[in-house]
Amino acid sequence: MIAALTDARLIAAKDLRIEARSRIGLTHVLPFVGAVLLLFGFALDSDSGALQRATSGLFWVTVLFAAVLLVQRSFALEQADGVFDALRLSGLRPAGIYLGKVVALTLQLLVVDVVLGLGVIVFYGVSPTGIALLSVVCVVATIGIAAAGALYGPLTSGLRARDTALPLLLLPVLAPVLLGATRAFEIALGRAVGGGWAWAAMLGIFAFVELALGSVLWGPLLEES
Amino acid sequence: MNQSTGSLGTRILGAVAAVGCVAVVIFAFGVSPADAELGESIRIMYVHVPTVTAAYMLLIANALFSGYYLWKRSDFADVAAHTTAEIGVLMLGLTLVTGSLWGRITWGTFWEWDARLTTTALLFLLYVGYLALRAATDDPRARATRAAVLGIASAFLIPIVHKSVDWWASLHQEKTLFGTADPSIDGSQLFTLMLSMAVFGVLAVWLSMHRFRVGWLSLQVDRMRVEKAIEERRSEGVAA
Repeated sequence: MIAALTDARLIAAKDLRIEARSRIGLTHVLPFVGAVLLLFGFALDSDSGALQRATSGLFWVTVLFAAVLLVQRSFALEQADGVFDALRLSGLRPAGIYLGKVVALTLQLLVVDVVLGLGVIVFYGVSPTGIALLSVVCVVATIGIAAAGALYGPLTSGLRARDTALPLLLLPVLAPVLLGATRAFEIALGRAVGGGWAWAAMLGIFAFVELALGSVLWGPLLEES
Repeated sequence: MNQSTGSLGTRILGAVAAVGCVAVVIFAFGVSPADAELGESIRIMYVHVPTVTAAYMLLIANALFSGYYLWKRSDFADVAAHTTAEIGVLMLGLTLVTGSLWGRITWGTFWEWDARLTTTALLFLLYVGYLALRAATDDPRARATRAAVLGIASAFLIPIVHKSVDWWASLHQEKTLFGTADPSIDGSQLFTLMLSMAVFGVLAVWLSMHRFRVGWLSLQVDRMRVEKAIEERRSEGVAA
């Protein structure tokens, strides 16, 4: 287990170093997120209150779209330069490689969450309340999204239809995250009543299941990628 | 190589399924009374519940065959996993159509954002994605491995769908059978439902056997093509 975590640290550092040097992922994804934020504003008239009521859902739908882009980018890099072959021969544990990809994706998505959250406050006029619940849900849901993304990413890498196949496979899987995180956000922002922490727990279970599946299933996937 | 997908076993199963379908129609429309609450629309249940049950069974079988493939790298398991996913998607599609028709009568709308209906639709899309992934992957070994991983991961959604009525506020009626409540339907209705579930089970097995054999023959043809191509290259080499 410790060895797998050491491998994960190496892979996460590699992915983040590539991202820091190329600046392609976030410099493309963050403007995309901003564009979506503005387009939702045009589509849902801000004066009618629909924008404010739908803020939680719009936030997480945008995060899911950003996640699809980041996962595609992460695995396109590995495929294009034959890095999968190098990883296979490197002796690193598949579970460690998987967890490293999850860590790198989680950190990138958390940046997206923060920027998007600021955008929602500024453009949609939302007053953040229930900061503790919002923060925990953000972290747990983001880990779940990254865990599923790092599992489904290599399934479609190298395919002719990878650009369309990944959203088709990933978005239905992430529906429970969208539902749970949106409900928890609505409760935290005072737009609904209920057990916000129960939704956070459900998101935690989802993340745990995906992490467990990914750690076990990445071995055979790496062999065939 | 046997070029037929039929055998004595499939012919017997096919005959049983055909007779069973006739019996289900007779019981559903002639013997079963209308329900006190649901009225005549209860007759849709005799297709809706069996198709979703068959779909769940097939998708669980898909996960088991997927696991077996990753363990043993067996072509048999890969073709069986493909088969169960394809017939499972067919059954899920029928579930959605019959559920939608039932919803139009009982709720007054074809589609309601009900938890179980929505998550069943998501499950349907997920397995359509599974079939799309198989179709988009050319290399047979990569296709089998990726599909097996996806089959196992997708199976973890099935309990979420099944328990969704309990987890989320829902318009969907309580589970009629195998739920937390006691079965509350009339004796002949219960018999018709059980008969229909058995018949749809046989139908699913019959369809799966034929589809499996189509898949297996297709695999053999692919292998023969590869062997023939290798033989031709060898002949060219010898001639040169």
